[in-house]
Amino acid sequence: MDQQTAPGILLDVRNCRQSYPKEANSELVVLDDVNVTLREGEIVGLLGRSGSGKSTLLRIIAGLLRPTRGDVSWKGAPVRGPVRGVAMVFQSFALFPWLTVQENVELGLEAQGVARREREERAEEAIDLIGLGGYDGAYPKELSGGMRQRVGLARALVTHPDLLLMDEPFSALDVLTAETLRTDLIDLWSEGKLPVKSILIVTHNIEEAVLMCDRILVFSSDPGRVAHELRVPFPHPRNRLDPAFRKMVDDIYAVMTRRKSPADLKAEAAHPATGFATPLHPIGTNLMSGLMETLAAPPYDGRADLPALASVLQYEADELLPLGETLQLLRFAELEDGDIRLTEQGRTFVNADTEERKKIFAAAALANVKLVAAIRQVIDERWNHRASAVRFRDELEDHMSPERAEETLRTAISWGRYAEIYSYDEEAQQFSLEDIEEE
Amino acid sequence: MTRPVPPALVHGRRLPNTWDVAAMALVFALLIGVAHVAQGTMAPLARMKSGHIHLNPAWLPGYALRTTLRMFAALLVSLGFTFTVATLAAKSRRAAIIIIPILDILQSIPILGFISFTVLFFLHLFPGQELGAELAVVFVIFTSQAWNMAFSFYQSLTTEPADLVEACRSFGLTPWQRFWRLDVPFAVPGLVWNTMLSMSGGWFFVVASEAITVGHTTFTLPGIGSYVAVALQHRDFAAIVYALLAMLVVILLYDQLLFRPLVAWSGKFRFETVPSAGETEPWVLRLLRRTFLLRAAGDWLSDQFAHVVRLRLGRADRKFGSAGLDRATGRISDAAFYAVVIIAAGAAAAQVVEFCARTMYWSDLAQCVVLAFYTLARVIAALVISCVIWVPVGVWVGFRPWATRLVQPAAQFLAAFPANLVFPVVVAGIVHFRLAPNIWLTPLMILGTQWYVLFNVVAGAAALPGDLKEAASNFRLSGLLWWRRLIIPGILPYFVTGALTATGAAWNASIVAEVASWGHTTLVARGLGAYIAQATMAGNTSRIVLGVAVMAAFVLGFNRLVWRPLYAYASRRTNFG
Repeated sequence: MDQQTAPGILLDVRNCRQSYPKEANSELVVLDDVNVTLREGEIVGLLGRSGSGKSTLLRIIAGLLRPTRGDVSWKGAPVRGPVRGVAMVFQSFALFPWLTVQENVELGLEAQGVARREREERAEEAIDLIGLGGYDGAYPKELSGGMRQRVGLARALVTHPDLLLMDEPFSALDVLTAETLRTDLIDLWSEGKLPVKSILIVTHNIEEAVLMCDRILVFSSDPGRVAHELRVPFPHPRNRLDPAFRKMVDDIYAVMTRRKSPADLKAEAAHPATGFATPLHPIGTNLMSGLMETLAAPPYDGRADLPALASVLQYEADELLPLGETLQLLRFAELEDGDIRLTEQGRTFVNADTEERKKIFAAAALANVKLVAAIRQVIDERWNHRASAVRFRDELEDHMSPERAEETLRTAISWGRYAEIYSYDEEAQQFSLEDIEEE
Repeated sequence: MTRPVPPALVHGRRLPNTWDVAAMALVFALLIGVAHVAQGTMAPLARMKSGHIHLNPAWLPGYALRTTLRMFAALLVSLGFTFTVATLAAKSRRAAIIIIPILDILQSIPILGFISFTVLFFLHLFPGQELGAELAVVFVIFTSQAWNMAFSFYQSLTTEPADLVEACRSFGLTPWQRFWRLDVPFAVPGLVWNTMLSMSGGWFFVVASEAITVGHTTFTLPGIGSYVAVALQHRDFAAIVYALLAMLVVILLYDQLLFRPLVAWSGKFRFETVPSAGETEPWVLRLLRRTFLLRAAGDWLSDQFAHVVRLRLGRADRKFGSAGLDRATGRISDAAFYAVVIIAAGAAAAQVVEFCARTMYWSDLAQCVVLAFYTLARVIAALVISCVIWVPVGVWVGFRPWATRLVQPAAQFLAAFPANLVFPVVVAGIVHFRLAPNIWLTPLMILGTQWYVLFNVVAGAAALPGDLKEAASNFRLSGLLWWRRLIIPGILPYFVTGALTATGAAWNASIVAEVASWGHTTLVARGLGAYIAQATMAGNTSRIVLGVAVMAAFVLGFNRLVWRPLYAYASRRTNFG
């Protein structure tokens, strides 16, 4: 497996930056100064949280998107559009529901104008390789999720690409199915049966990255940057329970939960607007209470190791991160080195009854979430005690993508409603103080 | 099953913007232009010998065939229009900005008002030949079908799933391959549904346009519509019954041989990830799939088709997506394009104004608007009556799966049946009993389109989640409360869809329904429809244009001010989950 000794460079990304223009000189930076080099014979993972721009980078590499700045070269030649020799596997499978398995697999060959005979042979080969034999005539909707992603894989492999791009390929599958697909893929790779030279996987799943990749690039969010690069030294097949494996997962956790450096914090203070426009994770209040209650109770007694907690709660390891961050934002908990610790305020919340909890939450939200405080302030200032959601959405969109702005606003609405800070009329898209009891 | 939404409910805004105004100017200038050309051709018209229509029922099968052929010719043209114009609008942002409002206005124009012009226009192109008249009829049917098909296709093209588009690009499909592998298949369910609606509406127009009177000339093309027209002149009741029977057979064949197999087949292209629970396979499709010979022929055909589809026509898109591409040059050509559109629209508007100033007075407009309110009242009354009847019936049926299975096909069948063939029977009744035409001609307008209300309500009631019904009976909701809290909110989006179709068609039908004749007795109801019909008979161009414009404005206004907000409200409220 040690093919890196003779490195043929497949792909080179230099100083790549991706941003979207916003009104009045501001722009939304998704990727900033990213450098990536891919060589033949390696599996590389792009690991990061949602919104860290790793999927954007994948699309730039595939030639589907033009980077705002920077150079991408494929085998030494600059990339100007969809690259021949790069095939993509999609998170959503992206199968054509009106084509059979075989027709889906043949799609890439049709585009290349491969003759019928050869097309059928190669499709058959790919279908058998990936374990789909016998399903040739089936339509995607007759298949389970795992089988569908196998079709997606076969469709990419049949073109014999040099580079296989995988965009969160297993995240739409259940845990056991995903594991089977991962090991099947790694087995084929180790045995040299995959007709590809290199694989690039985008994932938010730390264990998946450590399990499959030779090299991992950890992305930081807002804007996306390569924060760390790690080499995974373990030979395949890897054992998840191996202490060294666990240690590596924990280390990456620590990297990803590390507090921002003082320099970062100072930079944020220079832009007070970012406080208002901090993206909020769409986390419900029930979920927060649930986690805090679990943390407060034995065996954790207020402190837990995130990966361990995640496996007990049957979460994907990193799904807890946004939740933890949200509790940290509200000062109910703190994240440090892959651990989560309940604060004094968090304990008070857990011990309170329903009405008190709302009050505690309201205080925490008003003090720590600038958006919630701003909405309430605007309502209070208006003579009719009403405020349109549109202006808040517009302001948020100046600082983030429309989808995240919507998500953030939705979250602020839901928190405000729970804490009875304000109410919201969906029809009129208006905040108001109706039905809010004033003390 | 996700239901296709009529384009009129989805596109555009409530208030007209600049492009709507430009589109309006262009459309009406075009209509006036056509009318202008048409007027110059009154003379050669007289020379054309119109075909003689035999009332002997033995001729009917031949007439029925010719009527049907006209329908299919128009369908082909409509498909061609759809594939080209809608694709252009979807792929070019600039083209879309003007094409979409034009289509929106065109689909609100009462086609029947313009039959005389289009006929004259085509006769002018092919003087003295029957071909001109044939083309004119085909064109009329085309104008009744094409717009909503194009809209539906455009809607599909602009809502294609991003991952499939990326797959096409990254695998390097050529535009031709992508069109047949992604664009068309993704659009098929909506397109088939809209084509079926169009075809159903089309029978009405083919029947109405086969016998046209312009000025002092009546000319007829052999077909069921002209057969009925001649039978009317002769007060031949038996012949009318024969024609009705022939039409029934034609619609039945069309329904069984084409409609049902197509709808079932289009299910294959529905974009969903779970297989839908057992829908029955229409017998024609079963025959095609199970009979060896037919299947072999079908396989051969689809092989040939697949071969054509795989042709690598055009160059694969090996360029980046358009994110932030060449802003400067884009802006310059944008400006050039807008300038051209604005100049064209300005010239068109000038022509419209000049035409109006030359031939019309403000009093004409006032008269038209007053008459339009009469017709509006009639449309609303007809709608209310049909709702009072069909909503309870539809809910009752929708709650009983066995009844739904019986009623749904029947309602779809009845919607396709051209109601204008039944008009003479009703008119004869009105004449016989000496009833007031102002009231009794009203039901004719909604005779053919009330079925849309019925089958949409049935579908809505059938789609109501079972647990909601159970919860309602568990909490003993009954009477008014049951309607207000469960049924009305539940079926509202479906009802709006049906009512929109019904009223749109009712406006159109008013042109033939407000003036009806039986032999030498002609009944006239006061309204805009009658105004347009009489202007047509008198060959008065300016009045026709004015009447049509006012009616189009009313239809457009009604859609935008009533149905669209109501639909938006209803679908927000009833978004389960």
